Amino acid sequence: MQVPILKQGDYVIASIQSALTDDDLLQLRDALVQQVGRHRSRGVIVDVTVLDVMDSFAVRTVRDIAHMTRLRGAETVIVGIQPDVAFAMVQLGLKLEGIACALDLEEGLSYLSQKTKDSARRGY
Amino acid sequence: MATEARVAIRSPSDIVTARQQGRALAAQAGFEGMDLTVVATAISEVARNIIEYAHAGEIQIQVVHNGSYSGVMVVATDEGPGISDVEQAMLDGYSTSKGLGIGLPGAKRLMDDFEVRSALGRGTTVVMRKWLRTGE
Repeated sequence: MQVPILKQGDYVIASIQSALTDDDLLQLRDALVQQVGRHRSRGVIVDVTVLDVMDSFAVRTVRDIAHMTRLRGAETVIVGIQPDVAFAMVQLGLKLEGIACALDLEEGLSYLSQKTKDSARRGY
Repeated sequence: MATEARVAIRSPSDIVTARQQGRALAAQAGFEGMDLTVVATAISEVARNIIEYAHAGEIQIQVVHNGSYSGVMVVATDEGPGISDVEQAMLDGYSTSKGLGIGLPGAKRLMDDFEVRSALGRGTTVVMRKWLRTGE
């Protein structure tokens, strides 16, 4: 199941629609890294609201997405981690340290607009 | 209504099937909300271990009862290389594969009972259970 990626202004938004296999996750990672270049995006939002499980592979892939897109010049924010999923992740010892997370799409967009404004002001 | 499921684990997409079946059976046992996610996540990790270390195996999930308690039991079996030192494999941060070393100890933290039986060259069996908290 391919994840739709929408371009919105300076950002690309990956909106996960259903449970993802490992292959789907890797495909999403590769697609985002490419699209950041194609659209010259400054920010990436990965919306995981519908995911009812984030196991070690999913967390690692999300982390890779954030690091790889940063190397391409875009900031990533993960939005929509559900309370139950957050609980299970903590129990499993899975961390997203150094990776921006936000409550939902709206918060994610406002985080990115702040972040990209700051870097524009600093002249990056 | 079936109270048992068996899922053959041969490719990473079977991991998704196993955890969805696990969630459905846990719901049938009476679990709700967070517990469903916890059971599904633990199944995902043990299924992932099968793929990473043994390449193939099976996950059995069943609704179980112990006196007035009900719960869900998950048995993950493979005929892979086995684990040479189970105690070490249960330590956080220990992993011989490309994983993050959170598989078995992580799954253990999510469940109530957790046993690993393994023989070198003969495979590994993980048995884990989660019991329903009754409103005592």
